[in-house]
Amino acid sequence: MTLEVVEKHLELLIGPQHPGSGHMRLVAKLDGDIIVGFDPDVGFVHRAVEKIAETKGYVQIIPLVERPPLVDCVNVNLGYVLALEKLLGVEPPPQASYLRVLAAELNRVASHLYGIAIHAIMIGSSTMFMWPLADREVLLELLQDLSGARVTYSYVIPGGVRRGLPEGFKEKALKAFRYLRRRLRDYDDLFLSNPVTVNRLRGVGVIEMRDAVNLGIVGPNLRASGVPYDVRRAEPYCVYSDLDFEVMTRREGDAYSRLLVRIGEIEQSMKIVEQCLDKNPSGPILHESFLRGLSPKARAYMEQTGRVRFPALFSALKPPQGEVSVRVEAGRGELFFYVVSDGSPTPYRLRMVTPSFRNLAAFRHVMVGNRLADIPAIYGSLDYFPPEADR
Amino acid sequence: MSSSGVAEDLKRGLEGLLVQVREDARGGITVEVLPDRLVEAAERLRNLGFDHVKSVTGIDLPSEKRVAVVYHLSSYTNPAYVKVIVALRTAVERSNPQLPSLSKVWLSSHYLERETFDLVGVVFQGHPDLGRILLPDDYEGPPPLRKDVVLKTEGIDA
Amino acid sequence: MTGRAETFLSNAARWVSAKQPIKSIIDWGITFSLWPVHFTTACCGAEFAATSAPRYDAERFGVLPFVSSRQTNLLVIEGTLTKKMAKAAKIVYEQMPEPRFVVAMGACAIDGGVFWNSYNIVRPHEILPIDAFIPGCPPRPEALIQAVMMLQAKIRKGIAAFE
Repeated sequence: MTLEVVEKHLELLIGPQHPGSGHMRLVAKLDGDIIVGFDPDVGFVHRAVEKIAETKGYVQIIPLVERPPLVDCVNVNLGYVLALEKLLGVEPPPQASYLRVLAAELNRVASHLYGIAIHAIMIGSSTMFMWPLADREVLLELLQDLSGARVTYSYVIPGGVRRGLPEGFKEKALKAFRYLRRRLRDYDDLFLSNPVTVNRLRGVGVIEMRDAVNLGIVGPNLRASGVPYDVRRAEPYCVYSDLDFEVMTRREGDAYSRLLVRIGEIEQSMKIVEQCLDKNPSGPILHESFLRGLSPKARAYMEQTGRVRFPALFSALKPPQGEVSVRVEAGRGELFFYVVSDGSPTPYRLRMVTPSFRNLAAFRHVMVGNRLADIPAIYGSLDYFPPEADR
Repeated sequence: MSSSGVAEDLKRGLEGLLVQVREDARGGITVEVLPDRLVEAAERLRNLGFDHVKSVTGIDLPSEKRVAVVYHLSSYTNPAYVKVIVALRTAVERSNPQLPSLSKVWLSSHYLERETFDLVGVVFQGHPDLGRILLPDDYEGPPPLRKDVVLKTEGIDA
Repeated sequence: MTGRAETFLSNAARWVSAKQPIKSIIDWGITFSLWPVHFTTACCGAEFAATSAPRYDAERFGVLPFVSSRQTNLLVIEGTLTKKMAKAAKIVYEQMPEPRFVVAMGACAIDGGVFWNSYNIVRPHEILPIDAFIPGCPPRPEALIQAVMMLQAKIRKGIAAFE
């Protein structure tokens, strides 16, 4: 009896229960060891934020939109509230703007540390999983001092921020940054200059500049491919036009340069926070028009503790009819909000395009041609967070 | 370049295509076009320098019996257009929402159009891979972002 | 003849391990090696990762996240369970060897949380037997560790949902 050997491509499902897949399924078509086709199967965390937002009041939507990108929530919160303020025609007072930028940049560092930790565990460096997550706790303590919560702060509210800077915050923050700068040197010794890391990540998963622009990818992935695009410089919001920082860009477009861009952005964010702490102007943290409805007792409480009492207006905020679009630079890339209001207390349509959903376009393009063992290395370098992409 | 300068560029670049270029009080620019001129308007905008799509939004308007589809465009490479986001807006019939796909003009609209198909029900003709992306494959019922699908709300029927 | 000996021996082993000193030892062993399977369901997974991080160190309680569902006995439903993910969760639960335990982490895993009226989620207690519910959005890592300790107490008293 003769046996016939038929060659076929193998379809491999790297399913939701897998340490290297996150909350999604990766479907890889393999010819031996080489990937010839790739299809990300998403929707495992689709919780319908856009539909639920049509049933909630404008201020109730703040915790709702904060949940998808969990580790990076201040930036999303900021984007949504900027869109709401554009509809209302309200500008926050200067101290509130500086506090917003301060919280946003601290959160950006925490988000990058989380992304680096997940990337490291995917390529097998468990020490580099433990170290950034431990150092992220330092930042979470700072943010907890500022807003009262470990994650999902709901710190930015329409008209300003929820709490002022507490006593002794500046000294604590500067001490934390001295510690973090020492740790960045340790990361370099352990992980970034490690020949294993370099061999695993250099030249792997290259995205050329032209493809990066056509695919519409965002964030550190775009900047690592040579496009110096950062919303904080392209269309500055809050007080970014007064702050001095560099947009980290590299030319190679491989997984290693994406990692280096994120490490560089940590340093730049620390620089921005130090400038905010230096320039911090004094003044109210909530816009006058919202303070008008408060009783004198509430105002006295606010003066005494530096914490805001929400005016009754927030429970039924009705912006005028119209539509606005706003973009901010979240930790993983550019976040886009498009809000259509029909004059009622709930929005008619809330559209939220998160950076991870825009980076989804990169998967099919970048994986094909690489080996099966490179999937975790490339996936981790793109810093794709499925709850954020699926909303 | 101020946004009215961009609006002038758009009016010139899209001449002869029966489009309406509007600028609202907050500086947002909208280009309103009919579905049969959509692909040509998109190609002209790409040649002007708008090289990627940031968002594709489907808005259900049952009172007008239409579904509006809005593409938000911008540029990574053209320094004048990096600062602005242009909304390319069209509308289709609610009972039979068909629109030509712009995935050949802008690769970045691939997954965004697929999401609009999945959640709003607009069929993009010519899309290479139109199928469910966020909803489970065995989802039955009208597309969820239509106003026919009503969610429970607190205090009324919860 | 061999068949009857095997049945006799397995019944005898089961009888002996249900007797008190040996049962306590087995339960003690189970409580300090509750390995959760690598199955992130939604955003609470970030706080779950922080629980394994050096500050909270879940491994001192024996909780070591492990890759394979065939060698783990704890399933932590971290956050919202969507319909697509619920099918996968049921399959993973059935793949796990017995005795196996489930902990529902977060407000979304209790009754939907902030997404309670979404069209795409299920309530985990309707499809899996859950031992501990952890409120919070997301719960602090200390709360997750307290839930593990509660589960340990339940196992040693013999009232875990699996029995």
